[in-house]
Amino acid sequence: MLQIAAFYILAAVALISAIMVVSAKNPVHSVMFLITIFVTTSGLFVLAGAEYLAMLLIVVYVGAVAVLFLFVVMMLDIDFVELKQGFMRYAPFGALVALVLFAMFVLVASAVVEAKVDPHVLASPTPALDVANNTQAIGRILYTDYILFFQLAGMVLFVAMIGAIVLTLRHKPYVKRQNVGKQVARTRKTGVENTKPKIGEGVSL
Amino acid sequence: MAELPVTLGMANNALLLEYLPVLVFGGIGLLIGVVFMLANWVFAPSSPDPEKMSAYECGFNAFDDARMKFDVRFYLVSILFIIFDLEVAFLFPWSIVLKDLGAFGYISMMVFLGVLTIGFIYEWKKGALEWE
Repeated sequence: MLQIAAFYILAAVALISAIMVVSAKNPVHSVMFLITIFVTTSGLFVLAGAEYLAMLLIVVYVGAVAVLFLFVVMMLDIDFVELKQGFMRYAPFGALVALVLFAMFVLVASAVVEAKVDPHVLASPTPALDVANNTQAIGRILYTDYILFFQLAGMVLFVAMIGAIVLTLRHKPYVKRQNVGKQVARTRKTGVENTKPKIGEGVSL
Repeated sequence: MAELPVTLGMANNALLLEYLPVLVFGGIGLLIGVVFMLANWVFAPSSPDPEKMSAYECGFNAFDDARMKFDVRFYLVSILFIIFDLEVAFLFPWSIVLKDLGAFGYISMMVFLGVLTIGFIYEWKKGALEWE
């Protein structure tokens, strides 16, 4: 009973926040509402017994992705007046995307109802919570049975790392860095030079 | 009440009870935050005046919006943080079931870590971790 009440409260908060994300005037507020969605969704995951996913949602999405979104919002030169003007122009396109997404959800839901259980899920059934909790259940199959996907995830992270550096890293040429090794290796011989310039000629450095 | 149309089903009460301290923690945190704000509002002397908000003596009004574009390097730091955050997230279930996994699961994770370590060496050598 309490769980059902908690489910409906969390789901309602998540949906209202989702509406606020797209309707809030200030993009920073949108990001804040997005964080609310993440937190309530993590509560829903806990209700379903998926503790690991709940933790992941907080650590990765609230801790990192939301910060990234805030950066994007700050980095774009936002003109609120201009932002509102495009609404009618983009509305049909947005509606189309929403429709396609909704159709996909309906397809998946009807497939689940029709077939009851997917054969792939049967191959590795979720153990009861008192046998193994969610984190253990994931750990037991992720690194061995699903090693291909696990390693692919590593590759994706690797490519993301390289890509981010290649795209954004620009060393400014006039910035002088300290090179400790070079400083320590400097001797009297390399640092001091004795010259005997002729009168009126000076020294070229 | 009818059962929810969720195929996963609900977790049992014992599991949810373990999250009671989290709820208490959040509640106390919220309470303290609200109490401090309310106490300020109630007890602090307040005599608002438009002059108090204006620029002081030889100060000047703001030239520009505070929200300006800033360096893309902050974004780079954030992206690199997310990547290592995910790497750590993968380590959690692995560390819990390491004893059951055996050598194969261990080597699997070592390869994963190795790939990301190559990326880490790359970003170190490129100087992505250094500030200008």
